[in-house]
Amino acid sequence: MNRNLHSGDNRITRRTVTAGLGASVVAGIAPFNIVRAQDATLKVGVLLPRSGAQAGIGQDCQRGVDIAAGLLKELGMPPLQIMNGDTETSVEVARSRAEKMISDGAQVLVGAFDSGQSTAIAQVAEQKGIPYVINIAAAPQITEQGYKFVFRNFPTAGMILADAFANQKEIFEAAGAAPKTAVFMHVNDTFGTAMKGGIGAVMPKFNMPYNLVETIAYDPTSRDLSVEVAKAKATGADALLMVSRLNDAILITRELVKQRWSPMAILSMGPGWYEDQYLKTLGKLSDGPLSFVPWYDPNKPMSKKLDEALAKAHPGVNLNTNHVYTFEALLVAADAFKRARSTDPKALADAIRQTNITDNVSPGPGIQFNEKGQNDKLKDSAIQNRGGKLVTVAPKVAANAKVEWPMTPYDKRG
Amino acid sequence: MSTDIYLNVAVSGVLTGLVYGLMALGLSVIFGVVRVVNFAHGEMTTVAMYFAVVLFATLGLDPLLMMVPIAGVLFVFGYAMQRWLINPFISRPEHSQFILLVAVAIILANGLLIVFGPDARSVQTSYAFDSFKIGPLIVDATKAFAGLAAIAVAAALFAFFRFTRLGTAIRACADNYTGAQVIGLNVPRLYALTFGLGAACVGAAGAMLALVTDVTPPLGPSFTLLAFVIVIVGGLGSMSGALAGGILIGVIAALAGLFYTPSAKGMFVFAILVLVLLFRPQGIFGRRA
Amino acid sequence: MIARLAENVSLRAAIALVLLLLALFVAPWFANDYLLTVLILIFYFAYTGQAWNIMMGFAGQLSLGHAIYIGLGAYTTAVLFSFFGVSPWVGSFAAILMAALWGAMIGFLAFRFRVGGVYFAILTIAFAEFARIGFDHLSYVGGSAGFFLPVANYTQSDLWTLRGKPIMFYYLSLGMTVAAVVLCHIMVRSRLGYFWKAIREDEEAARAVGINTFRYKLIAVVISAAMTSLAGVFFAFYYNNLFPEEVFSINRSIELILAPIFGGLGTLFGPILGAFMLTGLAETLTTTLAALGVDVPGAKQVFYGICLLLVITVLPEGVWPWLYRRLGLAGRSE
Repeated sequence: MNRNLHSGDNRITRRTVTAGLGASVVAGIAPFNIVRAQDATLKVGVLLPRSGAQAGIGQDCQRGVDIAAGLLKELGMPPLQIMNGDTETSVEVARSRAEKMISDGAQVLVGAFDSGQSTAIAQVAEQKGIPYVINIAAAPQITEQGYKFVFRNFPTAGMILADAFANQKEIFEAAGAAPKTAVFMHVNDTFGTAMKGGIGAVMPKFNMPYNLVETIAYDPTSRDLSVEVAKAKATGADALLMVSRLNDAILITRELVKQRWSPMAILSMGPGWYEDQYLKTLGKLSDGPLSFVPWYDPNKPMSKKLDEALAKAHPGVNLNTNHVYTFEALLVAADAFKRARSTDPKALADAIRQTNITDNVSPGPGIQFNEKGQNDKLKDSAIQNRGGKLVTVAPKVAANAKVEWPMTPYDKRG
Repeated sequence: MSTDIYLNVAVSGVLTGLVYGLMALGLSVIFGVVRVVNFAHGEMTTVAMYFAVVLFATLGLDPLLMMVPIAGVLFVFGYAMQRWLINPFISRPEHSQFILLVAVAIILANGLLIVFGPDARSVQTSYAFDSFKIGPLIVDATKAFAGLAAIAVAAALFAFFRFTRLGTAIRACADNYTGAQVIGLNVPRLYALTFGLGAACVGAAGAMLALVTDVTPPLGPSFTLLAFVIVIVGGLGSMSGALAGGILIGVIAALAGLFYTPSAKGMFVFAILVLVLLFRPQGIFGRRA
Repeated sequence: MIARLAENVSLRAAIALVLLLLALFVAPWFANDYLLTVLILIFYFAYTGQAWNIMMGFAGQLSLGHAIYIGLGAYTTAVLFSFFGVSPWVGSFAAILMAALWGAMIGFLAFRFRVGGVYFAILTIAFAEFARIGFDHLSYVGGSAGFFLPVANYTQSDLWTLRGKPIMFYYLSLGMTVAAVVLCHIMVRSRLGYFWKAIREDEEAARAVGINTFRYKLIAVVISAAMTSLAGVFFAFYYNNLFPEEVFSINRSIELILAPIFGGLGTLFGPILGAFMLTGLAETLTTTLAALGVDVPGAKQVFYGICLLLVITVLPEGVWPWLYRRLGLAGRSE
């Protein structure tokens, strides 16, 4: 709705509604168009799983939302009015919250980390013709449905895998060494299974120096991963290839130490191994793992700005995927609003389709969407944990350090 | 694969099973006497784990020592809950109790989320990463300590029920509700005491679980489910059965993970549960009714 | 038939019922899509609550694993539609068959081996969990990576393939709920209903007077399972994505039994009232907290839990029996 004649002031009383209605009846439809041209803020509904099973990640993504306002202003972007919503890690709630936000006047939707919740929101957005920018969700199917109002600035499972193998080869070359065998452990959830499904198709294309001796799938709710690690250790593989979440990454590391197995390298292709909680909980033992993930390009000026903004708002929190891609989703919305100069959803969607943001945070040429609404130019990075900090070691264009290879064995860390 | 791995996995399964068994013991005590199925059991365990985490973070106290005060706090919590919240539900049907405890579970889990936030918390003792090497066997230190503590707590509880007047009175209450009333036992008080004792078990188990694994607010339901499986396999109301059931489930899950795929080990656990329910409802280690 | 339906219903209650139905029928003209979405959710819970109520409220068998029937219904029709182009209306027959067979198997095993009370409830959980982990590993339907139904652009509602706008799903869910109420009403007044009631009150006594308790309990499970599977069909085509962790989850089993117990177990309108109140409560809490500027994740659920706790403590039989007496809706309080 076009309530904000004065920016920042969104109070609305019954009298203004009545007066507005009266005026529009008298003057016909014209006032709406005039008002529309003067829109000063864009209402963005942000939907994240901030309670329930995914509360940790949802609340981390929220940090990206919180620091966005100041930064967007600095960039000369028009102001966004953020409406925060909690999906409670549920598809049903995600859907009804999306409807509620649109009925409350949201002109763009952003979210929702999880593929299932994102699909539910996407359907609402598509029906209502409200543009929806996905921050994080890797299920390839979402952008294969022929949606016109759904955009995703996040790699699909296949893209993550392809970049992971490419970056691994680059690292092996730089290190002058490569594992001959690897054991693949993955969490048996939405993301883990999508990645496992993709690995068979993608890996052969890259002629990797190692072969997978065994694949071990484990339960996402498992509180004890000793058997899983014992099984992996028994393969005697050189490297550990991982797709996990945070808690299981911590559990697996503990088991590696306790069962006295130090692989040459831990190659993770998902969350967990680089997250703050992992670094804090494990201290010295957190050093070494390589993560092949959607990240930020530390050499881009915007990354520095985002990093500074985060450091100011949340001291001690390392900038990560969650913040970066949530921020970029809002950046896409603000940028489209600036160019469209309108809050009309159709105009906004058209503007998003033409997005070409080169001054951004994520690696690659920038943010552009293909005809399916997918940013297929996005590149992933390889990062390494080093003394509680994270450095980017590949690809070369987006790197700020050289890889440390092989990993220091766990029992030789003092 | 060499034979070492089977041994290692089995030992690990036994130790983990002991700790889970202690948690399930609390459920078994409560059900055996009060006849209330505690669907907030996992959430209570999670609360105890957070106690351990906070005590360790602020005072640096080892959970193995803190086990006693945490059990005490949970005892009071359990006593109060039974006395003022659950007691009116004793004579009500199961589904009514179920909703009540589901409501308690919702409040506890989300209360924890509000207070502690969503991030996983853990206890990092000096021996957190230690393991003992005994020949081909590698034994996880924290698990070994936790397992031994579980045996000690269970033994104490067993002695209490066996050798004290109060324990005998509670057992009388469980065996014959009307009879207990007739001979003048204060049944509501005994029920509250029992619920408190069950909660104290959960407190001790939670302190030990905090050593073994990290805690997050939504952990409850999986613990509740696990406790149910263990208690039924071991025999509902049987104390030694709960510990034995814990070990059995621990070892079965571990071996299923080894021989088949770890992600499907739950299937084996639930298959065992179904078989026990159908063919031996008094539990593998329970006496025939 | 009509006469039979009207039996035992007072004039006051009948008028209230007709007015309510009329209001619900015209609701889409006045409600926006958000309200419609909430109403759809309410009817989804009302319908599943009604289906569950047959087993527990009428026949006294406590199931805590009804998610298995939701999941079977959802996956069966979704697979038939996506892989073979079978309309969900046709697929529903397969879904019903699938769920009924599973229900019959669980019921047969449970009642043959005399698993009752809490043990029966745990058995139903065990089967649902077994199915959840099983589907997690079923790569034919995507395993835990999920199953996505093809979604075309929604410019028009296509009732035959259930692709369309909220308004279509609204009338569908409303129709399902009304049909469930009518069906339950008929069953409760039939011989079947009286046998169930006898079993619920005292199974031994029922057996003593010659009721084949095994058979009638089994019938309750099968009908309940079959009806619940249709809720699964609805879920699949409304949300268009299925994950075993979502559809077979124990949380789903729990949330679908809250409404009938809250509203009034064993009553016809209890599940509906319960669904209205609980879903309404959740939405109201979210909106109120947002309006008060409270942005604390988890706060809403805490208040929700407290409300649930208070109501079940004060009104152990549920809200509907109490309201029924209060409103003086004569006739018998079924």
